[in-house]
Amino acid sequence: MKRAKTEVELEAGRQRRRLMASSGPGLAWIMLFLILPSAVLLGIAFFSSDDYGNPVMPLSTQAFGQVAGYSLLGWDPGNILVFLRSLKQAGIATLVSALLSYPLVFFILSQRPSLRPLLLLFIVLPSWTNQVVRTYAWLELLGPNAPVSWLGHTLGFLPPDLGMAPGGFAVTTGLAYNYLPYMIVPLYASAEKLDWTLVEAGRDLYASGLRLFWHTVFPQTVPGLLSGIIFVAIPAFGDYVVPQLLGGDKAMMIGSLIANQFTETPDWPYGAALTLIMLVFTAAGLVAFRVVSQKVGGAEEAAV
Amino acid sequence: MSASQTVAATRRGAISLTGVTRIFTGAAPAVDHIDLDIHPGEFFTLLGPSGCGKTTLLRMIAGFETPDDGRILISGREMQDVPAHKRAVNTVFQSYALFPHLNVEQNIGFGLKMQGVKSPERKKRVDAIMELTQIGQFAKRSAAQLSGGQRQRVALARALVNEPEVVLLDEPLSALDAKLRAELQIELLRMQKRLGMTFIFVTHDQHEALVMSDRIAVMSKGRLQQIGPVLDVYERPRNVFVAEFLGLSNIWPITGHAGDRATTPLGALAINEPCQPGALAMIRPEKIWLYNDTAAPKDRPNQFFGTISEAIYMGAATQYRVELAGGQMVLAYDTNNQAAERSWRPGEKVAVELKPENIMLVQP
Repeated sequence: MKRAKTEVELEAGRQRRRLMASSGPGLAWIMLFLILPSAVLLGIAFFSSDDYGNPVMPLSTQAFGQVAGYSLLGWDPGNILVFLRSLKQAGIATLVSALLSYPLVFFILSQRPSLRPLLLLFIVLPSWTNQVVRTYAWLELLGPNAPVSWLGHTLGFLPPDLGMAPGGFAVTTGLAYNYLPYMIVPLYASAEKLDWTLVEAGRDLYASGLRLFWHTVFPQTVPGLLSGIIFVAIPAFGDYVVPQLLGGDKAMMIGSLIANQFTETPDWPYGAALTLIMLVFTAAGLVAFRVVSQKVGGAEEAAV
Repeated sequence: MSASQTVAATRRGAISLTGVTRIFTGAAPAVDHIDLDIHPGEFFTLLGPSGCGKTTLLRMIAGFETPDDGRILISGREMQDVPAHKRAVNTVFQSYALFPHLNVEQNIGFGLKMQGVKSPERKKRVDAIMELTQIGQFAKRSAAQLSGGQRQRVALARALVNEPEVVLLDEPLSALDAKLRAELQIELLRMQKRLGMTFIFVTHDQHEALVMSDRIAVMSKGRLQQIGPVLDVYERPRNVFVAEFLGLSNIWPITGHAGDRATTPLGALAINEPCQPGALAMIRPEKIWLYNDTAAPKDRPNQFFGTISEAIYMGAATQYRVELAGGQMVLAYDTNNQAAERSWRPGEKVAVELKPENIMLVQP
């Protein structure tokens, strides 16, 4: 016997259709800008390359061999060094921006509320200008004829005629500078909501100074710090402009390596394979990071 | 320094405040020249409406606020230059302020850890206090997994485990439901008596203050209105504010006197105390005797006749509003320990008797 649908069932159907209609644009966006390019990338990576670096048949895994460091000349650790260097530079830049962000965030919070948005604006403002311009500015600041390098010459840790840039130090500086706002903003958001009675409880229970900060302030900022780490570490890992301009030959990072395969010495399948590997590592890193951060900072969420 | 302060100064857990004042910019003083001596081992309550300065006073004792004037002595030591983390005082916060990233056991052990108490000793003390406060089975849970009453116990244990000279409690029971609250009041009181620590308890709930305290200080607008044992403050309030804040009361102005009778809007009242100019006559509703109008005993003063205008049954007692012949209203309580015939309905004629010894004089 066929029965009429109840009002609840009808409403459920209506809701399902509304949900589909509202998620349509999002799905289209993901298809167009994530799935499709990734599929193209994946395809190209499995082609061979011709003399001009264009992808051609037959399908092969040769590009992935290149990524691992194998070429006609045998195995070379260059790529692995580039990968490790990218990891190291991203790590240091993240650490430096976190260390700078804490005092900055609490300085802003110590100001009167009407002034705080303005101070935050000052921090975000530079990122409205082109990254290339700002990075060139660092090249000037750290170049051989700039005070920072003179100091190095005088103190003897920098050979005369050389500058702090180009080099690994300049890359670290450039990355930390570039991505600092992406650390400050989420950290500020979590520090703004800080429960100060917990800090008072800490003082009441005999904590002071750094220990007080570590036990009562820091745990409360962990959610912001974790977001900041993701916002800084991932783009810093794949950054192209900073290592390209401030790095020089010996400080190449993965972003430049990939770019080279599409510009200077074209090899599309190799470039695509590099990009894929980078994506896979980034995704794996994110997943690992989430697992760790949920153990560290997610006690509250887990409990709910 | 008075003699009592000198004595108090030599004893652990004593608190002495002299002229303590705190002024927040652009406002009337939050705490205005408070002089107070709290004895060792005493359950002392600061009672007052919100905004009366009681919490600010507590925060100054804890060290979270600095007095703008006056001195604070804890166990005889001047506290002016002693920061909060060096005071042998622990606080139970209104919001409990349990560390969300630590479990119950770690929360309780926090203060000992910060004082450098090593692990075996620390664990022993934490376990002992968890047993005392009956939260042992929650040791490994995080604060978010506890009910309000359990959090309250953890907050208390976290303060007590440090064996402070003074425990400060800032409305610690205000977030709990009535039944749990009543249970914890008694439990808290027993624990305080057993440990012999000085407790300073802040509340706006007069009932809670009466149940728990050895002595009460009633505060209003940053000033002390009255300090004394519970019984005194309730039965012999010094002024109208204290009388009304601690419970229901009947208050009439005294406009003059003829012989030993005071002239009030009710008529001439016989009063045991000598009349003071400007004073008011106060009597608590439960001290008023009610009779059927024909059954009032003869030849006793202060009897007035009227009609019940309202009767509110409250279980243990009934609250009556009696309109006297002259139009005055009298509030009276009658406990429901009598047979049903001794209760009245609105409209019934009654006599009220205000015994002279129950009438107190209060200042405006």
